[in-house]
Parts: sequence; C-alpha cells; structure tokens
Amino acid sequence: MKKRWSGWTLAAGALALSATAFAAPPSPEMISFACAGCHGTNGGSAGLTMPTLASQSKTAIVDAMKKFKSGDRPSTVMGRLAKGYSDADFDAMATFFSKQKFHSTAQTIDAAKAKQGADLQEANCSRCHLEDGKEGKDDTPVMASQWLPYLKMQMSLYESGKRKMPEKMAEKVKNLSPQEIDALLHFYASVK
Amino acid sequence: MTLDRRNFIKLMGGASTLALAGCATEGPAVGSSTAIMPKGGARRVVVVGGGYGGTIAAKYLRMLDQSIEVVLIEKNRQFVSCPFSNFYIAGITQDLNAQTIGYDKLAANHGIKMLYAEVTAIDPAAKKVVTTEGTLDFDRCIVSPGIDFRTEEIEGYNSRTAEAFPHAWKAGAQSTLLRNQMQSMADGGTVVISMPLTPYRCPPGPYERACLIAHYLKKHKPKSKLILLDANPDVVSKKPLFTKAWSTYYKDNFQYVGGKKVTQVNVSGKSVSVEGIEDFKGDVINLIPPQRAANIMVQSGLVGDDKKWCPVDAVSFESTKHKGVHIIGDATALPSDGPPMPKSGYSANSQAKFCAINVVNLMNSKPTVEFSGINVCYSAIDDHQSVSIAQVFALANGKIKSSATAISPADFSLAKDEHAYGESWLKNILTEMST
Repeated sequence: MKKRWSGWTLAAGALALSATAFAAPPSPEMISFACAGCHGTNGGSAGLTMPTLASQSKTAIVDAMKKFKSGDRPSTVMGRLAKGYSDADFDAMATFFSKQKFHSTAQTIDAAKAKQGADLQEANCSRCHLEDGKEGKDDTPVMASQWLPYLKMQMSLYESGKRKMPEKMAEKVKNLSPQEIDALLHFYASVK
Repeated sequence: MTLDRRNFIKLMGGASTLALAGCATEGPAVGSSTAIMPKGGARRVVVVGGGYGGTIAAKYLRMLDQSIEVVLIEKNRQFVSCPFSNFYIAGITQDLNAQTIGYDKLAANHGIKMLYAEVTAIDPAAKKVVTTEGTLDFDRCIVSPGIDFRTEEIEGYNSRTAEAFPHAWKAGAQSTLLRNQMQSMADGGTVVISMPLTPYRCPPGPYERACLIAHYLKKHKPKSKLILLDANPDVVSKKPLFTKAWSTYYKDNFQYVGGKKVTQVNVSGKSVSVEGIEDFKGDVINLIPPQRAANIMVQSGLVGDDKKWCPVDAVSFESTKHKGVHIIGDATALPSDGPPMPKSGYSANSQAKFCAINVVNLMNSKPTVEFSGINVCYSAIDDHQSVSIAQVFALANGKIKSSATAISPADFSLAKDEHAYGESWLKNILTEMST
C-alpha cells in the first residue's frame, strides 16, 4: 500500500483529472462506510441486536476486531469479515468510529430496573465504565444507549463462557444476581 | 446500441418505436424534452434509481459535500425491499410494511432534491437525463437502475404472463400475487419455481424462497409439493447450507432439479417447458426469467457487447461506454478476479458509498480512492433460522477481488442468532436508506 502511495504522489499532477488510471488506497471513510450497512450510518445502530459503533473507544474496536479475526471472541459474520482486513484497516475503522458523535437510542426500559441498575453501576462498574457507560476507556467499550437485546446477547455469551470475561469484570459479576445483571443492562440501555 | 443524436431524439419523443420488454402491464414511457430544474451555477449530480444503491449514493454525496446539488430520480413514491419479501410470500409475515420505505425524511435530512419520474433516456454526451416530467442537466450521473427481464428468451411469454406466472423478483404487487396464488391453492397441489442461469439478482434468493415455500407447504398444505427447476447445473449460492436445509427439513415435500432451463411457457396448460423436451405442470408457477440491466441502460447504450450488463471501470465504477456516467448495483458487470461481488442489496450499498466518495473527489479535483466494500447476505431456511455469507472486497490489479469469503457453519449452530442479526440488518440498512 505504501508503495502505491508514493507512486501516486510522484505522478499526482499528471493524474489529477483521470478517474481511472490510478487511485489512492482506500481512505478510512471508504473502509468504514461499508460497515454501516449493518451498523447504521456513521455506526449509529437502529437494529436491536446490532451494536452502535459511533463514539466507541478506539482501542475497544481494534481489540474486538482482532479477537473476532483470531476466533477468541465468538461471532457469526464478524469473524469471517475480520479476516478480510489488516491491522492497519482495523486502526482506520476504529479511529473513524471513535470520532463519530454519541448515538442516543429511544428504548422501552423498565424504569425501576434502570434505577436499581444505576446504583449497581455506581457501586461496582464505574471505575472502568466511566460516565454511566458513556465513555469508553482503553479496551472498555461504551455501553450507554446500546440496544437491550444486544446487551443481553453479549451477557449470555459471557455467562456461557464462549466470550471470555475480563478478570476485573468477572470479580464484580460473580457477586451479582441474574436480576441485578438484568437491572444493570436496563440502566446502560437507558443512558442517553 | 450507441446513442447517437437521432436515436436520442427518438427516445425523447417517440419511445413507442422502441421495443420495451419487462413492464408487463404498462406501455413504454414517453420522455419530455421540456427543460426542468435549471442547474444554474451549482455543480449537480443526478442519481437515477431510488433503491439500495441510489438512495445511498445520493445521501453520501450530500454528507461528503454540501456544495454539490443532488437530484434523486425515482419512479415510485415508495421502495419495497426484495430482501425479506420471501417471508411475506411464504406467509411468515403478513404485509410488506417493515420493508417499505419512503423518501421524504432522506430528502429533508440531507437536502436531496427528489424528482418522481421515469427516466426514458440518459445522454452522457449532452450530460442530460430525459424523464417523463422533463429533461435535466447534470455534471455527473450515478445510475443504480436495477434489472429487467429477458422475457424474449422464453417462447410464449407475453405481457400477461407475469400475472399468471408471477416472478416476484421485484417486490410489491408481484410478491402479493405469488402469495395469494399459493394461499388459494388446494392442498395436494404442486408449486414450481423456475430460476435462471447466473448472473441474476440475488444469487441465494431462489434457494431461500424454496426453503420458505417448502416451510409454508409443510405447515399449511402437507399433501402439496414444491419443485425448484434450476437452469444452472447445480446450486450456485451457499450450496452446503441450502442442501443441508432441504435434506433436513424438506425432504418429503421438496425436490431440487439442476440443469433445467425453462425455454417455453404454456399459461393455459399451467406448465413450463425445458428445451421443448420436458414439461413441468404446476398449480402455482413462480417463473423467474433470465435478467439483464434495466431497459433504460440498453436504450442508452450503456450495456456491453453481451447486451445484458453494464461494463464499468473497477477503479471508478464509471461506465466504460460513456465517461461521466457511473453505474452501481445489480446492473453492473464489474471486472473481477475470482467470484464477483454478488448482485445484492449490500453490494449496491457498498458500491454507492464508494461511488459517492470518488464522484466528490473527482468534482473537487482530488485523487480518487480504491474500492473497499462488503457483502453480507442472510438467507432464511425456515421461520426462525437463517444462514449467511460474509465477504470483503477490494481492488487488486484493476479488478475487484474478495479478500475474505465464508458462509455460516453447516451444523446450523448459529442459525437462530443469525436470524436475529438478519432482522437487525434489514432495520439498519433500510434506516440508512430512508433517513
């Protein structure tokens, strides 16, 4: 790819008007726009089982894509798609989506559960899931406003052991009841 | 044909002199030479076709450069998605509402000018598009016209055949027709699906349809049977998955027969004929004819030597027949290294974004970028399980090549999850197109 770029730069004057002769490697937009067919424009998802990527932590996206590619994180299509991209591509798409503005969703939420979840978040999760889960930190993803069905699918992957829970998370989760986990997910889904 | 001046005038004023196929019940549209929507000083891109490709091209052009005026021309006020229409045909969903979108929000959100009209000619040399409402100028044109049918290759096929033997390969009234025919069929009847040689729109579509119709018959008309006549010698898409689904769930009421190209219809006899030597009778016949790029592309001289598909440059998706016209979606013949991008909604979505980026680059004298795109395509095997293909494509040595292609595991261990993801895919891609 680098080689093509330098070729392009040398010949840029001659090529400026030609659509067909040469082209630069895919831009971050070119790579990332394609993801929106499933994840929504600029990564803001309208599909209940599909995560929002807009404003997601860059490291969390790169980490997820690498784990999809290696098979460390279970998936349906993501593992297959990740194999078509390089680490540089992961970096480009993660940078793009991390820069998009926060995507707020309107969901039907159980208010009592969300209230209980808010207290649980503060007491157990807030050291990593910053700002009520609105801010990603390193490989900790943004949780706020993700669709409840998506959050539940991921939690059940954690519980089954198919998706490996980070140690710090496992320490907290082992002390929470299924009802409390459910309340936490309602809380994250409710944050706008 | 090359669109010379005389032909262009004929298309504008006297379209009846041209033979038009595909539109079963309508006469050929007549274009108007009256100039409409004067361009003024602004740079303008005209996008033809409001489907999976055209809506996205128009939207992303405006997202990328608000100084470019974008006119989206579409004949219909609503778009009905072909993906997911098999659920409706097979009685799993009860209407087409979840897959029908309008254009009002898209136009308002992005400042796209909608023109509801039928395009009757594209004149790349004069940079004009002729429509039933009038003629307008463009600086560049992106065409996402979809397909029409090569019905002339089927003996006995006339303007009424699609009412008797619906294709249901453009969603809407045709989907309803096929659904109603199946629902009114007596138990014990035979349904026949006839599908064409590749390439055609949506490679897995006929096989998904076979699964869902077999599912319908198994549940509601258990004495009935389904036959799929495939013009191809063998299953051309997701073969291990469909053959597994058929042998697991539908072996008692479904039969797949490869290498059966229907060449003749007999509407009164309710039968189709293969090469004049073998007849298949059906109480319901779903005849999906062979396809080509939409008629407008043939008339405008944008199809290749095969007279079927539109050759484009893989670096810009610009027509190799006429500069300044970019073509995306089902109508294209892309230079490919290995299996080509399928003629799917997702492919059109990716191609539209690529085209929008590069049209904006070209209009701003910036370097174009190479293609990077995705195809993800879910196919249902019953009312709660789906399988998929996932592919990444990029430019390699002037051709589009897949860097990764894989299908779902054949044990259907992910089929329930993929069904849920398929529904979210529809929601997200239609939201992308309509907002």
